[in-house]
Amino acid sequence: MTLPILELAGLRKSFGELEILTGIDLKVTKGELAFVIGPSGSGKSTMLRCCNLLERPTSGAVMLEGRNIAASGVRLDPVRRRIGMVFQSFNLYPHLDALGNVSLALRKSLKLPRAEAAERAAAALERVGLAERARHHPAQLSGGQQQRVAIARAMALEPAVMLFDEPTSALDPELVGEVLAVMRELREAGMTMVVVSHEMRFAREAADRVIFMDQGAIVEQGTAEEIFGAPKSSRLQAFLARQAA
Amino acid sequence: MEQIAQQFFNLDIMKASFPMLMEGLKITFLLVLVVVPLGLMGGLVAAIASGAKSRWIRWPAYAFVDFFRSMPPLVLLIAVYAGLPFAGIRLDPFAAVALAFLLNNSAYYGEVYRAGIEAVSPGQTEAARSTGLSAPQTMAYVVLPQAVRNVLPDLVSNTVEVVKLTSLASVVSLSEMVYQADMARSVTYNASPIVLAAGVYLVLLWPVVRLISRHGRKIAS
Ligand SMILES: Nc1ncnc2c1ncn2[C@@H]1O[C@H](COP(=O)(O)OP(=O)(O)O)[C@@H](O)[C@H]1O
Ligand SMILES: [Mg+2]
Repeated sequence: MTLPILELAGLRKSFGELEILTGIDLKVTKGELAFVIGPSGSGKSTMLRCCNLLERPTSGAVMLEGRNIAASGVRLDPVRRRIGMVFQSFNLYPHLDALGNVSLALRKSLKLPRAEAAERAAAALERVGLAERARHHPAQLSGGQQQRVAIARAMALEPAVMLFDEPTSALDPELVGEVLAVMRELREAGMTMVVVSHEMRFAREAADRVIFMDQGAIVEQGTAEEIFGAPKSSRLQAFLARQAA
Repeated sequence: MEQIAQQFFNLDIMKASFPMLMEGLKITFLLVLVVVPLGLMGGLVAAIASGAKSRWIRWPAYAFVDFFRSMPPLVLLIAVYAGLPFAGIRLDPFAAVALAFLLNNSAYYGEVYRAGIEAVSPGQTEAARSTGLSAPQTMAYVVLPQAVRNVLPDLVSNTVEVVKLTSLASVVSLSEMVYQADMARSVTYNASPIVLAAGVYLVLLWPVVRLISRHGRKIAS
């Protein structure tokens, strides 16, 4: 049994009176791609945001490489460098070019010298196929290219795990493929990934495990064949029926 | 008609008082050079403090901004220059102006910055923090550059106001341009030096006003 890279244990999160996550237990092992599906409002984003403490859990543990990073007194900035995050709306910095977007944290958080940061950022852009766009600003890039820069920004820090929150949901259909291709390559390179997405085809082909969330809890999980081929719970069956329609 | 021209547009008097006004303009420039950067920095502090998570920082920042925005700058200046000595603090005119303007400008610039900061999407901060940038780094490298761009015309516009307000310094006998012009008026019994001072302000500020006017920007774009 390998030690999980990322583990959520008894994770709960409330906003005011409302409990959004009602006790999540999840282990993600090295090199695994965990694919999370579930209806809108079921708490998928909140769960991801708890993983890097953008949202502080109300209770429960977030274990990263064996350490509870949700404990009080943990310095979060170094921890967050170990957890890459990719957002639905890209969230690139509009005032910086692609290289600047990728190298900012390398320089200011990792404190690499400027030349070394630029070199590493260029290499990351190369990996997402955007070496020639290094000097372009986000406004000059297509949505697909912007999301690839965002992936490069997260990846350049060489995180232990990467979180993707609906990375293709804001894209025109013809731009989805290039982003999924980059994610596929990341996975083949051994990156540990947690992906929230509606791209069921990608899940079937790339996910080691599919996790179905509803109303703030994990209802069912298994391989893609199990989840899509033989859903057990009626809620998952209903969800998949709605997706197909 | 002739009399009006003599009283307001007397070229001989203008010519004679011109060197005096230029001496004053130097002081005006010096004031601007001190007071604007101070205000820009103080405003930044006020804006960041009023966006703080802790209410123990936020509330005093609100109180500061509200108080000094409600206070007429002239009253503030007199209070600092003539009031503080009663508390045993005697400032020379320049220092009094600098302090009064710091308080007033910080409140105004602070509001401008705050609007700019609030217009930056929270996703920007989240992205930055998720890469391990600290809160101050996120402010400095991600939020502020965008915030300043958002409100650049308002920052410039506020700066024009500040430049005009430096004429208040004449009240505490600081010999900036309006003070000098008024001196010239009182010795010549003629309003032309005041008109000349107004002309100098117009020449200096009108291009800036034009640049940031909504109308001008529409034409430019
Ligand atoms: N900051 C917040 N404050 C209050 N409610 C929130 C906040 N963030 C999310 N929620 C609520 O939590 C629920 C789950 O949201 P989310 O995690 O975004 O779901 P999903 O990503 O599965 O669509 C929603 O009902 C949402 O309105
Ligand atoms: Mg979501």
